[in-house]
Amino acid sequence: MNKIQNKKWAYIINFIGICILFSLLMILFNSGILGTSTNYVKGILTTACYTIIMVASLNLLTGFMGEFSLGHAGFMSVGAYSSAIITNMLVDKGIPDIILFVIALIVGGFAAAITGTLVGIPALRLRGDYLAIVTIAFAEIIRVAFTNFAITGGGRTMSGITKLSKFSWCFWVMVICVTFMYMYVRSRFGRTVIAIREDYIASAASGINVTFYKVLTFTISAFFAGVAGAMYAHYMTAMIPTNFSFMYSAEFLTEVIIGGTGSLTGSIMGAIFLSALPELMRDFSNYRMLAYSVVLLLVMIFKPSGIFGTYEFSLTGALSRLFHKKEKGKGGAADE
Amino acid sequence: MSYVINIFRKIGVGMALFIQSLVNGLNQGAIYALIALGYTMVYGIIRMINFAHGDFIMVGSYTLFYTIPLMIRTGMPPWMAVFIAIGVCIIVGVSVEVIAYRPVRKAGSMTALITALAMSLFLENLAMVVFGANPKSVTAIFNLPALNFLGAKLQVKYLITLGIGLVIMIALQLFVKYTKLGKGMRAVPQDKQAATLMGIKVNNIITITFAIGSALAAVAALMYCSTYPRATTDMGSMMGLKAFIAAVLGGIGSIPGAMIGGLIVGLVEILVKVYVAPSWYEAITYSLLIIVLIVKPTGILGKNIGEKV
Repeated sequence: MNKIQNKKWAYIINFIGICILFSLLMILFNSGILGTSTNYVKGILTTACYTIIMVASLNLLTGFMGEFSLGHAGFMSVGAYSSAIITNMLVDKGIPDIILFVIALIVGGFAAAITGTLVGIPALRLRGDYLAIVTIAFAEIIRVAFTNFAITGGGRTMSGITKLSKFSWCFWVMVICVTFMYMYVRSRFGRTVIAIREDYIASAASGINVTFYKVLTFTISAFFAGVAGAMYAHYMTAMIPTNFSFMYSAEFLTEVIIGGTGSLTGSIMGAIFLSALPELMRDFSNYRMLAYSVVLLLVMIFKPSGIFGTYEFSLTGALSRLFHKKEKGKGGAADE
Repeated sequence: MSYVINIFRKIGVGMALFIQSLVNGLNQGAIYALIALGYTMVYGIIRMINFAHGDFIMVGSYTLFYTIPLMIRTGMPPWMAVFIAIGVCIIVGVSVEVIAYRPVRKAGSMTALITALAMSLFLENLAMVVFGANPKSVTAIFNLPALNFLGAKLQVKYLITLGIGLVIMIALQLFVKYTKLGKGMRAVPQDKQAATLMGIKVNNIITITFAIGSALAAVAALMYCSTYPRATTDMGSMMGLKAFIAAVLGGIGSIPGAMIGGLIVGLVEILVKVYVAPSWYEAITYSLLIIVLIVKPTGILGKNIGEKV
């Protein structure tokens, strides 16, 4: 009873924390402190939003399921193109922007989820290195398909997509997505997936349907990649299949690994840091991927679990520790 | 009468095209096979996909780009540049192994895979910084005429490529089968500890494997550049992926398997390009890999290894 109440409290406190963060950002933008660079900063943060969803969804696979996907950009492109096609069809029908945005996200997510299931059922019979290679192969097939279909621009840039991804909307979508992923990892399903990661033979022997849970996780991961793709499409308003190449997938994987496999906090920090970094060092854009790869190599050699490891930041934990220090003996929920 | 002649002419043209595509495919396949050998040897010995292997070809190609004019100036035949390329590739390959792969060797397959990926990204982006993003066109390596065979124009250089590929393959197979070093290379993956007890220096064997793989990548770079005289920074990753497909198709760890797999991938690619769907050929190559991995993950010549609980 007490535990459930604590959990409820944790969600409420976290929600308040996120609201405070959001209003701080809004005050920052509306007060005009940033002056002319307001839109620029907003743009970076919007980029960070979809990158966070991408990286967190990839972390579901890499960190919690212990399998690789080197073709995550492929699912992103499925989401991006399908949502762009839908909004292009609906844009003149007088639907309010926010509903159109939600439709785009849902369509993008489900298109990617369906692709994810279709890819996952055959691919997840393999493990480790072979799975990694097969995901690259699938992503390349998706890319070749998009270069050949007329509806996706036939290899040329698909432009003129309505700009719907406003920062405030993207922020809340990101919050919902990350919350959902967090809840999934903490649920019975998530625990099962972690058990499969630790020892799939033992889990299979104790009656877990390994394939089902793997495909389920793969599908959910693809779904969020699709949502991120839809956001990307309606932020960039123009895209070409080669955007979603192997390099882009590798970039996401880099962010997951550097942040910490098995830590959503790590994914979020990794994504924010690495999407702000290229903006900070525009002049050195040539050196960006070089720097990533060097960092990745060093992380692998010295701390293979990534910077955050499996650590998760918890607002309630931090708060209770704070109160514990101030009012010793009074803090009741300090063990949370 | 003219109708019949027309049909014969059409058949003749068709035949010529077919033979030409066949030779093109075999040429492409020989290149893939040489790269696949590097993958197969490294995977066979330390169970790791060396993503950076494709980039060794890129290193080789850039070396050729800079050394071929040098060779011509000193009056030597341009293909002699391959020896410099081999040297450079061996240095790069061995240093990659010693600096990046050796420290993570005991850390598990996931860490090894990511390290290899990071190394590949590093080499590619380093090349981007050093050589610039623009493709460089490599000077022609072989100035040989085209043969006329049944109406088909056959490039002699393609036949040379194929010949070099076959010779290297056979030499490598003999080396692994009959020399002491080769026996060591086969012993290490079977049982590392037992191999150490028998006086085999495991680390040395692994380094030598990398050296051989990199040297083969340099030869593959020569063959690639004689067919497509261009060096780009990202040429390695996609070609490496296709070569890896070839290695898996033939059965990873098997030298003849790499040859067979390479030739199949090359032939399928060129024939699909010519006869089926020019813009879809890459998708077909990748589908081939997926089908093989799902139907027979050990490949054509691979041995089945059961999983122990």
